[in-house]
Amino acid sequence: MSNFLTASIGRKFIMSISGLFLMMFICVHLGINLLLIFDDSGNLFNQGAHFMATNPLIKVMEPLLGLGFIIHIIWSFLLSYQNYKARPVGYAQSNASYSSTWASRNMLILGALVLVFLVLHIMNFFWKIKVSGDPLLEHVLVNGEHMENTYALVSDLFINSAVYGIIYILGGILLGLHLGHGFWSSFQTLGLANKVWLARLQFVGKIFAVMVALGFSIIPLYFLIKF
Amino acid sequence: MEKTINLTLKIWRQNGPKEKGRFETYKVNNISTDSSFLEMMDILNEQLINENKEPVAFDHDCREGICGMCSLYINGRPHGPDDDVTTCQLHMRKFKDGETVTIEPWRAAAFPVIKDLIVDRNAFDKIIAAGGYVSVSTGGVPDANAIPISKIDADESMDSASCIGCGACVAACKNSSAMLFVSAKVSQLALLPQGRVEAKRRAKAMVAKMDELGFGGCTNTGACEVECPKNISITNIARLNREYLKARFAE
Repeated sequence: MSNFLTASIGRKFIMSISGLFLMMFICVHLGINLLLIFDDSGNLFNQGAHFMATNPLIKVMEPLLGLGFIIHIIWSFLLSYQNYKARPVGYAQSNASYSSTWASRNMLILGALVLVFLVLHIMNFFWKIKVSGDPLLEHVLVNGEHMENTYALVSDLFINSAVYGIIYILGGILLGLHLGHGFWSSFQTLGLANKVWLARLQFVGKIFAVMVALGFSIIPLYFLIKF
Repeated sequence: MEKTINLTLKIWRQNGPKEKGRFETYKVNNISTDSSFLEMMDILNEQLINENKEPVAFDHDCREGICGMCSLYINGRPHGPDDDVTTCQLHMRKFKDGETVTIEPWRAAAFPVIKDLIVDRNAFDKIIAAGGYVSVSTGGVPDANAIPISKIDADESMDSASCIGCGACVAACKNSSAMLFVSAKVSQLALLPQGRVEAKRRAKAMVAKMDELGFGGCTNTGACEVECPKNISITNIARLNREYLKARFAE
C-alpha cells in the first residue's frame, strides 16, 4: 500500500471518497438551509440550526468534515500538478469543446472558485456563530428553549445586501457545475460504472447538480424578492 | 465528377528530439476531394522533394485503419475532423476549398517528438510488456464451449480488443492520460477466464508503468472516448479502476 496515495488511480480514489463525503454534507446543509424559506418567524430554522449545533453526532462529524475539505483541496492540487506535467508542450490549435464539457476540463478552476466562496461563507456565518459572536445572534426563546438567533444573522445579510445575495447565487451555480461532473465522476473512479450504470449515474448527477444549484440559489433569491 | 480543393497547411516541423520546433506554412493545390489525408501529405512531400526541400516526416503503415500507426492532430482534433476513423481513412472531402489546416504531432511528455509529426509511442509497448499478456502457453485452439463465456462478456472483450494503440486517447486528453488505452488492454483480458488468473498483478503492473512513464491521470472528461477511432468506451476505465482498487486492497 506504500505508494497508493501517490499512484494516479490512488489519488483519484482519495478525490472520489472525499468528494462523495462532501456531497453528503451538502445534502444535509441544503436540507437545513431550506428551512429558512418555510418559516418567516425564523423559529423553524433556529431549531434546525440549534439541533445541528448540539447534536453529538454532528460534533464528531464537524472535524471530519474539515479534514474532508482539506484532503479534497490538497489532493486536487497534487493531481492537477501531475496532470499538468504530463503535457509540457501544448497544442497551437485545440478543439477540446467538441469532445468534452467545459466543466469537466476545469474542475480545478471551479473548485478554486467554490473555495473562494467557502472562505467568504465561513466568515459570514460559521466564524461569527462559533468564534467571534455577533449582536444579531442574541438568544431567543423557541418552544421554551434558549437558542442563538441564527435566522437573524442569515436573513439580515440577504435582506440588506443584494451583492451578497448575488454572490451566494453564484456560489450555488458554481457548486452545481462542479457537482455536474463530480457526481458521476466519483462513481466512475471507484469502478462503480458499466455500460448501463454510466448513463444512469450521469443522468442522476445532472439532476443532483441542478437541485443543489437551485436549492442554494433560491434562498438568497427568496430574501431578495420578498423583503 | 471529381472536385478539387486548394489548401494552406500549417505544419509542425522539428528536426530532432532535442531541436526546437516551429510551424511552417505550405500551399497545396488541386487536391482531389476523393483522396485521403495521407495521400494529400504524399502530394505535399513530392512537391517539397521537387523543390529540393526536406519532406515532412509522418507515421503511416497499413492505410486501412487497422494498424494504429498513423497519428496527426489535425485542426485541433486527433485523427482530424471526422469521427471514428484514423487519419489514413480521413477523406479530403471533409475540408473546404481555401481552408487553412493545422497539423501537429501528439503532445505528451510520454510521447516525445522524434521528427516533425512523428512521436515515439514506445511507451505503449512498455505498458504492454509490463503485464498486458497471458503468461502461460495456451497450447492449440481449445474445443468449442470447453470454457463457457457469456455472449455479453465475449462481445465486450472483443470491443476492448479493437484498440489499435494509436495514442489518440493520450493526444485528446487534457492530462495526456493513457487510461483509455490501458483500460482497454486490461479489460480485453479481465473479461475472459484465461485472463482472470493474473488480473491483479496485471492491473497493478500496467498502471504502475503508466504512471512511471509520465502519463497523466484520468479526470473523466470523456474526450478520449469521443476521439478514439475505434470507439473504445470509458466504461473500460471504470473496469480498470475496479480491477486496480480490488488488487490494491487485496494486498
